[in-house]
Amino acid sequence: MKTYICIVCGFVYDEVAGRPEDGIAPGTLWADVPDSWACPDCGVAKADFELVPV
Amino acid sequence: MSDVLVHPSAPGSAAPQDLPLVIVGAGLAAWTVVRELRKLDAQRRIVMLSSDSADFYAKPTLSNALAQKRSAEQLVTTPATKMAETLQVQLLAHSTLRSLDTVARTLSYDDATGQSQSMGYGDLVLATGADPIRLPLAGSAAAQVQSINHLQDLARFHQALGAAPQTVLVIGAGLIGCEFANDLLLGGYTVHVVDPSPRPLALLLPAGAGEQLQAALQAQGVAWHLGTTVQSLDAHAPSGRLQAVLADGSSVQVDAVLSAVGLRASAALASAAGIVCERGMVVDAHLQTSAAHVYALGDCAQYASAGGRVLPYVMPIMNAAKALAATLAGQPTALVFPLMPVAVKTPALPIVVAAPHPNLDGQWTQDAGGEPEAGGVWRFVDEAGQQRGFVLTGKQSSRRMELAKATVL
Repeated sequence: MKTYICIVCGFVYDEVAGRPEDGIAPGTLWADVPDSWACPDCGVAKADFELVPV
Repeated sequence: MSDVLVHPSAPGSAAPQDLPLVIVGAGLAAWTVVRELRKLDAQRRIVMLSSDSADFYAKPTLSNALAQKRSAEQLVTTPATKMAETLQVQLLAHSTLRSLDTVARTLSYDDATGQSQSMGYGDLVLATGADPIRLPLAGSAAAQVQSINHLQDLARFHQALGAAPQTVLVIGAGLIGCEFANDLLLGGYTVHVVDPSPRPLALLLPAGAGEQLQAALQAQGVAWHLGTTVQSLDAHAPSGRLQAVLADGSSVQVDAVLSAVGLRASAALASAAGIVCERGMVVDAHLQTSAAHVYALGDCAQYASAGGRVLPYVMPIMNAAKALAATLAGQPTALVFPLMPVAVKTPALPIVVAAPHPNLDGQWTQDAGGEPEAGGVWRFVDEAGQQRGFVLTGKQSSRRMELAKATVL
């Protein structure tokens, strides 16, 4: 499981936690997060996230 | 860089398409305009003028760097040279704008070596940001107060700050003050916060939500000094520390002082050039200032699309940059802001706030039920009974989408 950070605002998507409030279950791999999903803090598209080395 | 240096010329003597798009600033607003414009126009010549290195970083991470155990340097996600190369921008780093002539469409600046230069522009985007407001303080150590609004400010603050445990005084209990206070706590520091308001985030939150934040931060160690101000800051000779005397007569000894009392748009040069400025550079729905071919966005702009407000947050910048990029690419696009909830990064009590327009009549009401530790929900309801804003605290902050759907702009 990996984490991804929004390069614009620093919001972190953690695959372990998922994003249940957006309908993304815990354990959802980044690859399986829909392309239409956007950063909840700043609205940037999924494409603008970067992988964070843990 | 000599290819962009042109002699000031009469208006109309050069077709606008021959002259570059010049962007002043290299923060989130500036880089986002470039990134969005490149999706629409790969050809346009773009020159970026930046007073600093122009490295790209996520600005909101300034106020959680300690908790993330990251230095200022480590916050840089993309170095400026890589940004410039990827986005095909001619970057003039460490260069400072000196003056604008919006009739001749020229500007002058000091380059990285301090030489005065001038340049013509086809269109100009001012993304100059804002400067921290500093309250006057008496005392021999008043100059040691720091503010953090840039990456370099954070590096300087970390340098001045010794290793934890030390004690830091934060002046200001607004969004930035509270975020830094929480981050300092997580970094192992002892934190005092002073603010003339009766509770934190007093301008943004209904009283009940502010009180929850006050209690949550206090439980983790913040010492509040509310309803008072700092009068003086002096070196305390016996201890080598700083002594702050407050208006209520009390005093605290600290090792560093961080001021976070608000921002003022960096608009002096624009104003001197005749561009209409109030709380920021006044821009219309197309982000154009009072001067043709001059646009502004970000913390330096006062948006017609927001009823004349300045919106120094990330999400307004993203929306403004997309609209402006389309306009600059030849598709005039009026900016319409969606509902833009702001996340307050206080891990002691996470908060999401969608503030109603300040001129709206109405009142805050709290949803009934629930234990205090479950957080709270407040709704701002106008006289017609419509929900126009909301605040979510603690665990309730995950209900952002649901509350946003129920809110009328």
